Amino acid sequence: MKVAYWPGCVSRGFTPELHGSMAAVAPLLDIELVELDRACCSGAGVIAEHSQELADTLNARTFALAQAVQGADLMMNICSTCQGAHSESQERLDANTEYRTHVNGTLAAEGLSYEKGLTNKNFLWLLVEEIGLENLKKKVKRPLTNLKVGPFYGCYIVRPTDRLGIDDEHPRDHYLHWVIEALGGTVIDYAGIHKCCGFPIITMNKEASLKQAGRHLGDAMDADADCLVVPCPLCHLNLDLQQPGASKVVGRKLAMPVLHLPQLVGLALGLDPKQLGMSKHVVKPTSVIDWSSAVVGAPAAA
Amino acid sequence: MAEYTLKLRRYDPQTGEAPYYEEFQVDLEPHRSVLEAILQVKGEQDGSIGIRCSCRAAICGSCGVRINGKAGLACHTHLEHAAKSGVNADGKTILVEPMGNMPVIKDLIVDMDAVHWKKIQRVTPWLINKQPVPEREYVVPHENMVDVTQTMACIQCGACVSDCLSMEVDPLFVGPAASAKAYRFVGDPRDAEQFERLKDLAEDPHGIYDCTHCFNCIEACPKGVAPMNQIMRLRRIAGNDHHIVDRNNGERHERAFVSLIRGYGLLHEAELLPRSYGGDSWFGKFHPAAGQELLESLPIVVKGLMRGKMSPKLAMLGHRIPKADLTAVQGIYDKVEGKDRRYELNLYISGYEDEPEAADSGAAEAQPAAVGAGDGMPSAPGPDPNRPTAASESESA
Repeated sequence: MKVAYWPGCVSRGFTPELHGSMAAVAPLLDIELVELDRACCSGAGVIAEHSQELADTLNARTFALAQAVQGADLMMNICSTCQGAHSESQERLDANTEYRTHVNGTLAAEGLSYEKGLTNKNFLWLLVEEIGLENLKKKVKRPLTNLKVGPFYGCYIVRPTDRLGIDDEHPRDHYLHWVIEALGGTVIDYAGIHKCCGFPIITMNKEASLKQAGRHLGDAMDADADCLVVPCPLCHLNLDLQQPGASKVVGRKLAMPVLHLPQLVGLALGLDPKQLGMSKHVVKPTSVIDWSSAVVGAPAAA
Repeated sequence: MAEYTLKLRRYDPQTGEAPYYEEFQVDLEPHRSVLEAILQVKGEQDGSIGIRCSCRAAICGSCGVRINGKAGLACHTHLEHAAKSGVNADGKTILVEPMGNMPVIKDLIVDMDAVHWKKIQRVTPWLINKQPVPEREYVVPHENMVDVTQTMACIQCGACVSDCLSMEVDPLFVGPAASAKAYRFVGDPRDAEQFERLKDLAEDPHGIYDCTHCFNCIEACPKGVAPMNQIMRLRRIAGNDHHIVDRNNGERHERAFVSLIRGYGLLHEAELLPRSYGGDSWFGKFHPAAGQELLESLPIVVKGLMRGKMSPKLAMLGHRIPKADLTAVQGIYDKVEGKDRRYELNLYISGYEDEPEAADSGAAEAQPAAVGAGDGMPSAPGPDPNRPTAASESESA
């Protein structure tokens, strides 16, 4: 399938391994990525905090660019925070014609216009709803047997449930569990699964921010996880890049590898850790690499 | 009738014994409330269970508990729904625990005075009249009053306080319920001290900039108060209307973020940090506050560079969108920011178009597509049609 692909800022900035691993995984899943390289930052909730109209107009521009991609089935992102910020803007734009017309008036200078009803999905949602778990299972070359993975969803793709289309038919707050299982891994249950990584307040209250990250990492260690998996690069910054700092704040030694979702998928689809940029992490995913080298050469699943 | 297993967290601090979980079987119709199940068990199996309740109709706010890990009113949650909620739900077991972030008095009863009411008192929860007081009534624009009714819908149940993830790590955080209460007066045109209220909450190291934007309070609230949205509005008015530059970097962070996107189209991470501490210019990094922070982050930066996470070029220069697009983005900034008044769409007041249509076409609902359209927050304050059956049906108190 062809998607209008929004990588976000951080995946091309401080977590380049996310963008890289997505590009490596896409062809294996028959996803054609048409990158929205003209679009700007989603505002991550901060621009909306400053001015809703500014955030909504910038995001409407991104949506209009996505809708202009010929033959694309939908828009896809790899950042929970972008998903959340985009969904918030889209909720307002879709709810009120007068408002949408007003915003489109600003976009007219560039000849762009957003038409109500864009489908915009995080890679996680796309995996389950478009590619399908059965189909995904068939593509697995190296099942994640005995790899104990702790899901970490991040806030922006699980709340608020109404805005994000989470209901009994679409329990999107369970999808990461399902994907780990479909890839052959073992889901680790721990307290932090649906909690906040603390990143949004890292410059305002560093101690509280890192205490959040540190607790979740510690809880996952106590639950005997080999690694965590996140669909959000900002969570990755607080959980991986800041892990040494979090370790100091919570007063315990932490060594928990944190993988981006496309990295975990790529691993199961047979790519090697280096190809997926795992050497770029601050916390070396030693347990994952050891695991993968132990199973390299093992017969592929039928 | 259906059978459910009620798993209650039992704890009586006065006994000196550790908390434990106890299971009870109940036989009730699926549309009955969790509170009815608890009261049935209390009446027929174990009279020592501690639960606080009164109206049984989601009005008094007494029966806040955690059901399958999520805070809510026991009287406002159907058994059927409760048994299905949560990642580990089995359709039969309902885990009921006391609310979080507050000390337990006994079993499901928490000490609201120790946390919730203290926070409410902290925000000066009364109107300070503008002077002179008019001879007759104050005349207030209709829209302003409808706006504050969202926060007035709060029934002080404490569900948002229970699930606040910032308060979990920083118990001094003013928290969602008190912040919503603060907005009730900040948003009231009759109040004389909007600036003072905001300055107080912005400068408090555990004030409005301590919110981590996790949406848990929005999810927990049974009345659609959306406390986090109110916190964002407090920040917006403090920073934009009153230019309150706080010592927590809240306003600086926001300003730096917004202007970096104007300058680059994409986030320049390496510039955001120093500017949040040192002020919104390229020179921000030379401010003493930024210097100290940069020094502290140095080991991480070095590690990042060594691992090839970021290149020195990216760290120095950032990344941008193409020039023509950046010009278009800046045009949007100029147009929107150039206005005298902010134009905001408040969905609480305006509601959603097409809502009835979405409700009667079942086919449209089968599609997961349009995210969030057609449902969501209540469009007007008032009783929720989904709440459990009327109190009169159940046994007397």
